[in-house]
Amino acid sequence: MKIVNILIAVIAGVIVLLGYFIPSAGLQNIRKPLLDWAVILSGVAGLVAILNLVFGVHWQRIRENHRLKRYSVVVILAFAVTLAAGVWLDPSTQGFQRIVTAVQVPIESSLMAMLALTMVYASLKILQRHRNVMGFIFFISVIIYLVLNSGVLAGSMDIPILMNLLSAFHQVPVAGARGILLGIALGSLATGLRVLTGSDRPYNG
Amino acid sequence: MSSEQIIGLLIVLFSAGGILYYTYLKPGEIRRRKLRKIPAVNRMIRAVSLSVEDGSRVHVSLGKGDLTETTNPSGSAGLDTLNWVAQLGASSDQPPVCTSGNGGLTLLSQDVLSASAGEPDARKPALSHEGLLAGVDPLSYALGTTAMMRDPGVHTNLLIGNYGPEAAFLTSTAENVDTIVIGTSDSITGQSVIIATTRDMLIGEELYAIPAYLTGQPAFLASLRVQDLLRLLIGAALTIGAVLGVLGIL
Repeated sequence: MKIVNILIAVIAGVIVLLGYFIPSAGLQNIRKPLLDWAVILSGVAGLVAILNLVFGVHWQRIRENHRLKRYSVVVILAFAVTLAAGVWLDPSTQGFQRIVTAVQVPIESSLMAMLALTMVYASLKILQRHRNVMGFIFFISVIIYLVLNSGVLAGSMDIPILMNLLSAFHQVPVAGARGILLGIALGSLATGLRVLTGSDRPYNG
Repeated sequence: MSSEQIIGLLIVLFSAGGILYYTYLKPGEIRRRKLRKIPAVNRMIRAVSLSVEDGSRVHVSLGKGDLTETTNPSGSAGLDTLNWVAQLGASSDQPPVCTSGNGGLTLLSQDVLSASAGEPDARKPALSHEGLLAGVDPLSYALGTTAMMRDPGVHTNLLIGNYGPEAAFLTSTAENVDTIVIGTSDSITGQSVIIATTRDMLIGEELYAIPAYLTGQPAFLASLRVQDLLRLLIGAALTIGAVLGVLGIL
């Protein structure tokens, strides 16, 4: 049975991949429903995982009198109310969207503000964490690019040599990011092909 | 077919052929190749081994990558790492725990954990309930994961997957509760945040190399070899392109 599961996964993967490169109508006709099924399966997996979170984790916490059970009560109540409102009002209606946005936006804004503070504090401790040459270079680079991007040197852009120098400086992080992205792309390609060839199976099947 | 599609298809065929060749035809040769040292991976192996020995928990977080998006290979690398941790930790007093920000990844993590419970040394029969969905959007996922990181039993945290700036919440929580954290992300923003806020660096493709270093299986080593070959080819193409550009030929 396991070999059948692997074969189905590999054949489906190869069809979808070939459909990306070969513009054949027949291949596209098979590829499209496969992709649609994958999206549906992904949605169902999300639903199963949410139900597992609500009943498997939070409901269990309440039953076991866990020290954090008060938060679990809030999660379950919020889930039940949102679900009921969604069924009653329809998620696409303006009223439902307004209620959800009115709750979510202030919470996420506060979290983003906290995140900014956390990152500033963490950045201040860079040299404490990385006591080596790379750490020092990273720290100096951060300071240089903070100054460059702050607009302090905007007035001196009329000086031709400085303008060229600043322009070159701005290209350095782009080159670095491209290098990292190339590495990530190659890693993604190799990992994807490993799964596609059946050499690696991140599932038990 | 356009020229871009032909080049893309050739790269895919070359890579797939290379992986199959080294995995099935030359597994001995690929095993003998010496891997360059990645200090963060060595520290990861040491931290997980120590956790298993002292009976504390290892927490693996798979990020918020989506199985139907381009972020899914980072999730696969995280799942392979979880598999290694689960096999080591299955015989420990405290089984590993896994959090993710996507339903598909959660189910796969439960599958990996439940498979590891079947290992001969396993004391706990059902580990699948240790694979949890921490949240469905980046910030709720980060907050759900920090709750797991605050568990007194957790001593080592591995963050392997897709993270954005919310990774700062995770790394600062690990620092606050004095636990080890080793992380990497497939996004530039996530990597910058993790590098700035943790001691160990895993940059770029090193994320995908983790399973090869941990398990030493021919398939992982083969993909590493293919990555190296492709990097050489792309590097050569970029250099030739730049030289031709300077000479005015291109």
